[in-house]
Amino acid sequence: MSDAPRFSFPGFGLRRLGVRGAELIPQTRMSGPMPWVIAIMVAMTAIALAAGLALGNATSSARAEIEGGVTVQVLEPRDDIRAREAAAAVEAIKHLPRVAGLRQVPQAELDALIEPWLGTGIAAASGAAIPVPSLIDVRLQGAATPQQLAAIENVLAKVAPSAKVDAQSTWLKPVFDAMVSLQVLSISLVVLLACALAAAVLLAARSALGANRDVIEIVHLLGGTDSQVARVFQRSIGYDAAGGGTVGLALAMVVILSLGRRFASLGAGLVDSGALVWSDWLLLALVPLLSTLLAMLTARLTVLHALRKML
Amino acid sequence: MSMIADGEIVHFDNVGLRYGTEREVLSDLTFTLFAGRFYFLTGASGAGKTSLLRLLYLAQRPSRGAIRMFGTDAITLPRSGLPGLRRRIGVVFQDFRLIPHLSAFDNVALPLRVAGHQERDIGGPVRDILEWVGLSDKIDARPATLSGGEQQRVAIARAVIARPAVLVADEPTGNVDAEMALKLLRLFEMLNRQGTTVVVATHDLDLLRKVPDSLIMRLDRGRLADPTGALRYPPRRPA
Repeated sequence: MSDAPRFSFPGFGLRRLGVRGAELIPQTRMSGPMPWVIAIMVAMTAIALAAGLALGNATSSARAEIEGGVTVQVLEPRDDIRAREAAAAVEAIKHLPRVAGLRQVPQAELDALIEPWLGTGIAAASGAAIPVPSLIDVRLQGAATPQQLAAIENVLAKVAPSAKVDAQSTWLKPVFDAMVSLQVLSISLVVLLACALAAAVLLAARSALGANRDVIEIVHLLGGTDSQVARVFQRSIGYDAAGGGTVGLALAMVVILSLGRRFASLGAGLVDSGALVWSDWLLLALVPLLSTLLAMLTARLTVLHALRKML
Repeated sequence: MSMIADGEIVHFDNVGLRYGTEREVLSDLTFTLFAGRFYFLTGASGAGKTSLLRLLYLAQRPSRGAIRMFGTDAITLPRSGLPGLRRRIGVVFQDFRLIPHLSAFDNVALPLRVAGHQERDIGGPVRDILEWVGLSDKIDARPATLSGGEQQRVAIARAVIARPAVLVADEPTGNVDAEMALKLLRLFEMLNRQGTTVVVATHDLDLLRKVPDSLIMRLDRGRLADPTGALRYPPRRPA
């Protein structure tokens, strides 16, 4: 080996700045706590979001179904008069404007409704039948307004004085309010979990900064920019978040599908209508992606903020 | 600040440095470094050599005074402007400061990567310089597996790989044998001949004699001094 240096230097060009890869700081991908914290956060976020979406679907579906629904009960205790009033009521209502359809609930259906409580054969056993009101299910075009209810009541006052008119949406309102509250709760949970994720990343980024302070100082002294250093941390957290997010989403899917199957087996109308549609699944699939972006953004801002205190 | 002298690359004007509330470790430093010159910085331990070098490679801002580097006021320069200046300065740290989890290759390649060079342009020069400093068989070795002398050679390779305008070296031959010390000095001279301003802090007076055209700055308790008169102080532009 001669004393005369033979090496060459690379030429300088206007190339995009960038420190290669995330190797500047030691990588502990999927082995530190961070990916698992993110996995749990993503799983909880996806489950909360799925609950919110299912509640939203159930509420809107039920709302659409009963928004224009009106129930007319003919309360006359005497069977013959009740039957006559019910028939007259049907005839009167169907000629009213904005009535999309109506159906008198058959006696057999009414008997079936009360059968779980009272059993069958009451008339044969006691000699007298229980006076069950006649029910008329009316469908209006659009929502049932107080004016339309008043119009129905007016026309029934003449032909069926014992009739009572109820908008279905009125008696289901507390249920809807409760469902909307649960939906707001689930959205709040999603927001809180996003904040918790950002806070966890902030702490992890600060800790990583502290542990790699010497390396950062060397990179700075070699001419590295804050942006280059931040990119290294951002990329490292990004890998952790993407890995953790995928695991978290898989975990959430198992929970959501199991719960969905259990609820589906209940066969209850309101629960069935809460099934997730394809756009909901797409939103759920976006949770790890958005979590990764949030984690990377948090890491970048944290690192840039901390680096401003260094020379 | 005074006018920029022809060929000036660094100018210190009445610079002082103190850490916290302690007394100044550097006081009233006024000097100019010119492009293409070779400077030795000498002085007893604790005289402030490393502190002065830290100011030179922009690891530290002074407590008072003014510093102009490459025609830019380094004191009022915003942080975002520092990387541009730092990329023109190569540094050999006294404690090497290699990145422990990177191989010798990656440590040496770091300044080029930081400067945005593409990978295809990096491999050749990095291997060449590692071969030249006698570490071609240690390309993939981590610093912890290298001896002190080998680490020092990696540090020197890292400092010169990007062909800096100024090379600042703190005791660069402290951990190598006489033959390697001479070889490294020849490397510094070669860079110097190609226009790099070299500033070497050293205790080794033999080293000073090996570069006859060098200028010498002597620090004594934080001040530039030349009590013997034998040294060339202050560093001045050659006639």
